[in-house]
Order: sequence, then C-alpha cells, then structure tokens
Amino acid sequence: MKKNWWKIVSFGLLVYTIWAGFLWPVPRLFILNETIRNLYFHVCMWFAMMILFGISFVYSIKYLMGFKYRNDIYARHFAAVGSFLGILGYATGALWVSVTWVTQQGQSFGSVLKEPKLIGAAIALLIYGAYFVLRGSLTDVDKRARIGAVYNIFAFAMLFPSIWIIPRLVGSLHPGAPGSESGNPALDRNDMDNSMRMVFYPAVIGWTLLGIWIASLKVRLQLLADKNLLNDKV
Amino acid sequence: MTRYKFITVLVCAVAPLLLTAQAAGPEMADTMRSNGKIYIVVAVCLTILCGLFLYVASLDRKIRKMEKDSRGA
Repeated sequence: MKKNWWKIVSFGLLVYTIWAGFLWPVPRLFILNETIRNLYFHVCMWFAMMILFGISFVYSIKYLMGFKYRNDIYARHFAAVGSFLGILGYATGALWVSVTWVTQQGQSFGSVLKEPKLIGAAIALLIYGAYFVLRGSLTDVDKRARIGAVYNIFAFAMLFPSIWIIPRLVGSLHPGAPGSESGNPALDRNDMDNSMRMVFYPAVIGWTLLGIWIASLKVRLQLLADKNLLNDKV
Repeated sequence: MTRYKFITVLVCAVAPLLLTAQAAGPEMADTMRSNGKIYIVVAVCLTILCGLFLYVASLDRKIRKMEKDSRGA
C-alpha cells in the first residue's frame, strides 16, 4: 500500500478536477463561453502526453547506456500510452475547434485544415506511429530495442519543433500563437485567471499520474510475458 | 413635484439600458447552473471516473497476483 499512494492522489485530483472544473466560476469570455472548461481536460491530455513521452525518452537513453532489455519495455509502453493521450487530445481539440474556430469567428473549414498547430501535432503523432511500425517490423529483440531506442530519441526531439516552435513562428488560431499575443504556444495565459490555475495544475498532475499508472500496468504485464528474456529479476 | 417626476422619468429611461447592458455579456450556462441540473452532469462524470479507476485498480490487482505467482514458481 505504501507504494500506491500516488494512485490514490491521482484519483483524488481527478475527482477534484471534475468537481471544480464543472462548478467553479470561470472567466466570462466571448466565443469561448463555457468551453473554456475544456482547459482542464483537452490541454491536460497534451501535458500528460509530453510528460509520458519524456519518460519514454529517458528510458530509451537508459537502454542505450546499458542495453538492459527492461528499459526498452518501459520506453515502448510509456510511448504507447503517451500516443494514446495525444490521440485523445487531438480528438477533443477537433470538437473544441468545431464551436470556437469554425462557426463563431467565420473561419472556413479549409483555414482550419491549414492550421499549423494541427499539422504539427499530426506530424508529431505520426512520427510516434512510425515508432511502433518500426518496432513491429523487426523480429530480432535486440535489434528492435536498439533501433527503437535511437528512433525514440529522434521522435522526442521532433516533438519540439512540430508542436512548440513552428506554430509559434507562423500565425495560428490556436491560443498562444502570434495573433493572440500571449507568447505561450500551448495556452493563453491572459484567458486564465487564478481560480482556473487552481484547477488546471492539479488536473495536469492527476491526468499524468493516471497515464503513468496505465503505462506501468502495461510494463508489468510485458515484464511477466518476457520473463525469460530478462537477465535481472522482475 | 416636477423634480420627482423628472427623476422617475430618468430612472424609467435608464433602467432598461442597464438591463440590456447586463444581458450583453458573454453567454454562459447560467440557466443550467441556476436550476441545479449541472450537478447531474458532474455526478455522471464522477461515476464514469470511479468506474474507470475501479477497472484500472482491478487490473492492477490481477497483475500483482500474476507477479506473485511467477515469483513463487
């Protein structure tokens, strides 16, 4: 039970997120209206994805340092859950776009498709998709782990230009791009007041811990399945 | 007397303007909040969240049991 406290923390934070996220007052803004509450859910998916990809990246480096198969399992499953959260972030973003970018501001669907933040996020997710294709195509365990680790480092490095830097350089409808003048490429700080921050940061931690929990389950299952390949004890 | 009349007319003329000024703010789900039904949405989401966590926790228990078995074997 001692090692499981963070799972309870995750649950508590997410209950708090839903409670406060739906009921607490939010800034009254045009176009956004109540959809500003999506900040506690949509944006958290991307934050959690970044953190899980970061963990996966660290394990890939660890793998290349000692070639321990266990680290490859960690890297693979953290990347998988991270990609899943990224897809959820993309899907929820698509819903949010349909009421804030397309109808209210008179943007056409075509201009949304040219949106650099969306293209960047799609590229980032596809690069991670290729990571799994690459792994799946190699049957030799050591080769798969080695090439996978090197590719994973490249994929993590590509995240930064594709979702942080390029949308910041060119005009974007997404909050944080040049037109919105907040300088933050993920969310518009001017739209958030302190009471929202009180919900948003716990929400990020809660969703991230849930992602880590699910990834750890996948890792443990894989460690059991590949018990014979591991030199060290499970 | 005429002064009171003047004030009354002024109030009558200005009051509707104040009302429209309030209504012109960004639209929020105030109606939903005032009749209390938003709590049902919160309850539904919390139920789903509880179910999700119970499911993940049960998987966790199952995997822990498998780990224990494999260590014993």
